Amino acid sequence: MKLLNQSLVYLSIPIFIIVSLWAVVFYFSMLREIHDSIDDGLDNYKLLILQKSKIDASILSKTEFGESNYAIRKIDPAESISTDVYQDTLMYMLNEQEMEPVRMLTTTFQYNEAHYKLKVISSMVEEDDQIRNLFWAGILLYVLLLASITIIDNIVLQKLWRPFYSFLEQLKKFRIDKKNTIPEMKTKIREFVELKKATDTLINRTLGAYDHQKQFIGNAAHELQTPLAIITNKLELLLEENRLNDADAETIAQVMQTATRLIQLNKSLLLLSKIENKQFFDNQRLYLNQLVHQVVAEVEDFRLFKNIALTIEEKEQVAVNMDPHLAYILIANLIKNAIFHNIENGQIRLIIKHRTLIINNTSSAGKLDEQKMFKRFYRAKSTKKSTGLGLPIVQAICNLYHFPISYSYSHEHSFRITFL
Amino acid sequence: MKILVIEDEQGLRDAIKNSLEKESYSVETADDFNTAYEKLFIYEYDCILLDIMLPNGSGLDILKELKKANKTENVIIISARDSLEDKLRGLALGADDYLTKPFHIAELNARVKAVLRRNKLGGKNIIEWGNISFDLEDRLLVIENQVVNLNRKEFDILKYFLFNKNRLVTRTALAEYVWGDHIDQADNFDFIYSQIKNIRKKLKDSGAEIEIQAVYGVGYKMVEL
Repeated sequence: MKLLNQSLVYLSIPIFIIVSLWAVVFYFSMLREIHDSIDDGLDNYKLLILQKSKIDASILSKTEFGESNYAIRKIDPAESISTDVYQDTLMYMLNEQEMEPVRMLTTTFQYNEAHYKLKVISSMVEEDDQIRNLFWAGILLYVLLLASITIIDNIVLQKLWRPFYSFLEQLKKFRIDKKNTIPEMKTKIREFVELKKATDTLINRTLGAYDHQKQFIGNAAHELQTPLAIITNKLELLLEENRLNDADAETIAQVMQTATRLIQLNKSLLLLSKIENKQFFDNQRLYLNQLVHQVVAEVEDFRLFKNIALTIEEKEQVAVNMDPHLAYILIANLIKNAIFHNIENGQIRLIIKHRTLIINNTSSAGKLDEQKMFKRFYRAKSTKKSTGLGLPIVQAICNLYHFPISYSYSHEHSFRITFL
Repeated sequence: MKILVIEDEQGLRDAIKNSLEKESYSVETADDFNTAYEKLFIYEYDCILLDIMLPNGSGLDILKELKKANKTENVIIISARDSLEDKLRGLALGADDYLTKPFHIAELNARVKAVLRRNKLGGKNIIEWGNISFDLEDRLLVIENQVVNLNRKEFDILKYFLFNKNRLVTRTALAEYVWGDHIDQADNFDFIYSQIKNIRKKLKDSGAEIEIQAVYGVGYKMVEL
């Protein structure tokens, strides 16, 4: 969820509570205000009536409210009360044709030794109507608040967060193995400046570690390759001498073959670690078909020697964006495997369709273990002399470019890579 | 022909020196940057084998100095660094070739000879041995004035042997040279054997005074009969 929406979700609840509370408090305070004002009016009215009664005694016999809003009744002196009483009561209203709330002031007074009770009424706000009105006003206020917050958020926050999003885009594009510039963010907002600082530190530290690792791989190559060179070169020189007896020569020949395997192993491991460290990323537009033809031509001698039939079925031209060296290794490893792990007079079928390269080949080994075949140093029984790193290298390259690779077996091996 | 080997690892330096001396080159060595620098600017060499990582300096700096001084020695870089960048950088600085460690003795021989030949002006690019004559430019093998037909791979194999007269050429070295670095599967030895058999037959049928001998099951050697 976007920050904007999330903040809206968080805001909506407290705003709802605040608006509700406000509505309740407002309702009661408004009601009190209305009562006060009505009571004042009633009080004033009372005084006016009392004044009038002194001039016109006829109103003293007005015992019904009738068309006016007061009634006077003669009472026993015992009934007289010392203070005015204000109360809410109901009275039939002609216009509404129902009982409506009214405010009534009840007081007693003395006139010419006689005691009278005076009731003055004033119509009141209808509370249920009032509550309903207030409820809708509250809802309207709530919606208006949320809507305006959303709009303001959208305008203000988006402006505020613009440097952040542009920074994020730069970070997404940042590749540790490319010589690209460190992401920039032009802002004075403290949190963003801090973020930028933290990211800079992280990037610089990672760049440092990456360089160290690259150097380490280079150094490891140097450290291992030179002793390996000494071993093989000295053995080669020794074998050149004609002083060896056959048994010694046989032993040395075996040592040399082992050293050769060691060299291949070291080379493959270095390649693998370079791929996994993403040190190849000179991506170029290549044609898969062209590459397949090139590799097929290069290994033709070996194929013909084993008398393997090869067909290439091209349904389309597939262009890929890859490092040329890695693309070559990927295709060469698979086609070489198809030849070297094949049988005499076997066959290979290469199919290019739907951006997919399918390599089918007959084999002496039977189904490979899908769980293990891409693991380092896994070898099928018949290929003890291989390094066991060919398929892991293939997989590492596919992983690097997110190309799905799959394997199936029905009478022949079938590898399938989709160049997405 | 004078060759300077600049390599800090003694074992490798000795092996290279030993091998080059078998080819009758006069070989001098340097084991660090300063010695190498000194020798380079006192003596003249036909070819320099240069390691990149040296004590007290980089081989690339030696290349830069040579370029600055307008010295045109043939330089072959021998380095454990095998990335394309490293190669391109070395070649851009004026190196003639780039050999990645570990290498085969036969490969080193071939590279040295190729570099020395390349810069020889005027001379025809023909190797003659016994009664055979091998034209590198026109890719022609002539035995007793008769042209022998070779396919492309056979020509390459023969060339490699002629660059390594009387020397051991291992099957791995041969496979790497002729079929490229990527052909490293051990089970292609049968294949190489069959190729050698074809060449042997052609040499024998045309009465060549050279032949390819097997050496202890690891490789071959071309010798004069």
